[in-house]
Amino acid sequence: MSAVTVAKKIRLGLWLLLAPLFLWLVLLIILPHFELLAFSLIDPEDQGFTFEFYLEFFQEPLYWRTFLRTAVMSILATILTLVIAFPVAFYIAKMLRGRSKGIVFAMCLIPFWVSELVRTFGWMILLRESGVISNFLQWSGLASGPVELLYTDATIMLGLVYTSMLFMVVPLVSTLDSLDDSYIEAGYDLGGSNWDVMREIIIPHAVPGIVSGCIIVFMLSLGNYLTPVLLGGKDSLWFTEQIYTQFITRFNWEQGSAFGLLLLLLSSLIVWAGLKATGQSFTKTMG
Amino acid sequence: MSKSSMPKSVTSKTAQSVASDLNPPNIDLACENICKQFAGFTAVDNVSFTIPQGSFFSILGPSGCGKTTLLRMLAGFEHPSSGDIVIKGQSMLGVQPNKRPVNMVFQHLALFPTMNIEQNIGYGLRRLGVAKPEIVQRVAAVLARVGLAGSGNKEVGQLSGGQRQRIALARCLVLNPTLLLLDEPLGALDLKLREHMKIELKQLQKEFGTTFVYITHDQSEALVMSDQIAVMNQGKFEQVGTPHQLYYQPRTAFVAGFVGDSNRWQGVVDSSSDQYLSIKTSDGLSIKGAPQNAAILSSGEAVELFVRPEAINVSREPQAAVSDNQFKCIVDTILFDGAKSQIIAIEEQSGGKITVILPQTADFYDLKKSDDLYLQWTAGQALCFSVDNLAIESADETHSVSEG
Amino acid sequence: MIPSIKQSKIFNRLYISYLVWFFVFLAAPLIVVGVFAFNDSLFPSFPWQGGTLDWFFSDSGKKIGIFHDSELLGSIGLSIMIAFMATFFAVLVACSNAFLFERYDFPGKSLLYVLMLLPLVIPGVLLGVSILVFSSEIANYFEDYWMIDLEFLRPGITLVVIGQFAFITTISTLIIAARLRKFDRTLEEAALNLGASPFVAVLTITIPYLKPAIIGAAIVCFLMSFENFNTTFMLVGSDAPLTVAMFERLREGSTPVLNAISVLLMLGSGLLAIANISLQKKQQ
Repeated sequence: MSAVTVAKKIRLGLWLLLAPLFLWLVLLIILPHFELLAFSLIDPEDQGFTFEFYLEFFQEPLYWRTFLRTAVMSILATILTLVIAFPVAFYIAKMLRGRSKGIVFAMCLIPFWVSELVRTFGWMILLRESGVISNFLQWSGLASGPVELLYTDATIMLGLVYTSMLFMVVPLVSTLDSLDDSYIEAGYDLGGSNWDVMREIIIPHAVPGIVSGCIIVFMLSLGNYLTPVLLGGKDSLWFTEQIYTQFITRFNWEQGSAFGLLLLLLSSLIVWAGLKATGQSFTKTMG
Repeated sequence: MSKSSMPKSVTSKTAQSVASDLNPPNIDLACENICKQFAGFTAVDNVSFTIPQGSFFSILGPSGCGKTTLLRMLAGFEHPSSGDIVIKGQSMLGVQPNKRPVNMVFQHLALFPTMNIEQNIGYGLRRLGVAKPEIVQRVAAVLARVGLAGSGNKEVGQLSGGQRQRIALARCLVLNPTLLLLDEPLGALDLKLREHMKIELKQLQKEFGTTFVYITHDQSEALVMSDQIAVMNQGKFEQVGTPHQLYYQPRTAFVAGFVGDSNRWQGVVDSSSDQYLSIKTSDGLSIKGAPQNAAILSSGEAVELFVRPEAINVSREPQAAVSDNQFKCIVDTILFDGAKSQIIAIEEQSGGKITVILPQTADFYDLKKSDDLYLQWTAGQALCFSVDNLAIESADETHSVSEG
Repeated sequence: MIPSIKQSKIFNRLYISYLVWFFVFLAAPLIVVGVFAFNDSLFPSFPWQGGTLDWFFSDSGKKIGIFHDSELLGSIGLSIMIAFMATFFAVLVACSNAFLFERYDFPGKSLLYVLMLLPLVIPGVLLGVSILVFSSEIANYFEDYWMIDLEFLRPGITLVVIGQFAFITTISTLIIAARLRKFDRTLEEAALNLGASPFVAVLTITIPYLKPAIIGAAIVCFLMSFENFNTTFMLVGSDAPLTVAMFERLREGSTPVLNAISVLLMLGSGLLAIANISLQKKQQ
């Protein structure tokens, strides 16, 4: 009899805790995206089913080229970030001990506590025609006149890599931290070279961290708005800008919804492919 | 219990009052036919026992025998599938853990890391709504009694293992519980400290006079501290008795094997007389032993035979006054471990192995492998238990020294 | 490559210099932003015109310092208010979620967990527009059929709070659940055993244990909300929070007042970061 009342109490607690989760997920995540789907498939004129907004995307080269460009550059940015972050994460996780480890790790993190806007603003001051680097090049005689370093694809790439660096370093450091030094020592002891140990011991162990870092960096790049707009200038084409234009400037919500869903589809596909290729599960890498 | 002999017509209320009249009021805990089934298996199987006030009661058993489940039922964290738990005459069925006059020292002590010592000990008093000045005073008093006066402001992390142990006890004892449950609290300590804490626990129990229910898989802890021990196996109590009884008069083969060390043989009865049984072990020894089960053993029946290494007399020359059993052996291995050193000897004729304690007398100082050795023991020291044939077939080891 | 395995000197030097360059790369934009806040010029660029604090304190002329720029000050206030509200609700729901996922087993739990993680991988812009579209639809419905004007569902502060709440809740859930996972449940049993009711046990034992994680989550949430741009940008009405206001100014052509405000942001974030790090240390 007491077991029954206990079970009842447990069930009541379960429902009480489920309620806010449900409200949050259903009202703020699931239904809004279904609404987006409905918008993209329903003709506002006659309320009928239509594919026209998706067709529009494929028929207008500007749209699908921007889409492809966004995807390719995001993948590239992800790879670059990984390559740049890995040696740093390795140094922090494996070469440093105790206090100095904490300090260097914090040095990596602190820049990212500052708003993305401030960081991007900093790059603008550095890179623009009247900027610090241009001035430095002229002063040192390497350039004869002002050099414009903003508004190129390379600048966008730089901004994307910079912005996402933290989200690669942190998961890498934590997985590398969990690799016991004795495995690495055993790798050398059994006759491995630097390259062998890296390829056969360290990288396989770090896969979960690499995957979760890559997923987050990729999503952040794909969904970035500030960096392409501010560093890429007027001609930069980024798909989030297209979505913004459709929604806010042109007030074409149907077209914007279709774009949004295409972006979501693309990101889900690439993340899914990445997880499949590396044999990781979404819950484990993200949670 | 006398309660069970009450006539059925008496209502439960009068039964209880009559019971408390008949029963001296010093029974703190009575468990009546407790069963606990989990999906697919029975953790506790029809266990009944009573614990008199102020005694130290241990439940001894291997891991997975159901002792933890039993203790958690006493504390109220599990609910018995059937049976009743009665504390001081009150049934505990349906009583929430926080309403029971029972406190528990957890296996890893469960001292609250977010509180200092004083707050830890005062936790239960605060729940009772005791006034602040009284809490301060009672906490200080109990700290003094466990020998840690003045350490109320320390954090849990600042104390040593033994001190934490005492804080965990004090946290319970300050509430004056009817029953104190202890869930292998010494398990996490290192050997030396454990030996020390055994004695200290026993002393504290005597001082406070609280009834302790102590569960452990360590026979030495149980033997040293307890007034009564219940040996538990596969959800059942095999035997309840004093440490002395369990050691000298084990009632089942399990108890004989679990409490203390033993030479253990499988064998069959050769012949029986009034005084003893003659048994042929599976490795060829002929041993005279005393039957422990009430059942009369006849020739050809399978038995298990236990002889404690420390009960065997060891000499380098044959003894004139011949004991019931005497074997000429040669030393096979000496396992040197100071006072606990053992000799594994091989009986000359059959090749059977016998383990004995190495006496630390001058006679044996230069004992070495292949030396001759004479072993003697009386039939009364060789305990025989009948076993069903199935068990003997499945037992692949014919001789072993079991350690509890 | 670990300290016990000696590498050649050249390798070590290359490695160290790589790290130095990495940190120069990390720090450079922040340093220039900070330095030009003190340049006595109308533009945040060379030439250096000498140091000044005008971009903080000047109240007249061409240079209006941040402490006299009522528009930016107002947007800071607005951002703080939004951040407080979003953080409060996010941490509240996160605590509930943490208990749900760590303490209960129920059918569909793993599916719900995946759904709970989704906001991490939905681009912020998209989260913003989907909430915009959905809330507008509801508002339109109420207006058309019930003649009720639900102002808070139109772009504005409430919607910004809702939008930020939608994704920072996931982050704080992960932080708090991670701590709760490490909690030894026998501590709660001990509390029950000492006479606490289940509710009191959670209140007196579990919540104090979670406190560092709750504060840490609140700090992270506050900053994520305060600095958020993508989702906020899609949901703002006429009142602009700080990031949106700064973005508008940047597009117009910036004055060093933006550097000044960036310096303040860096100081604020830095303090919160240090608070958080020391909190994590204490937690261990």
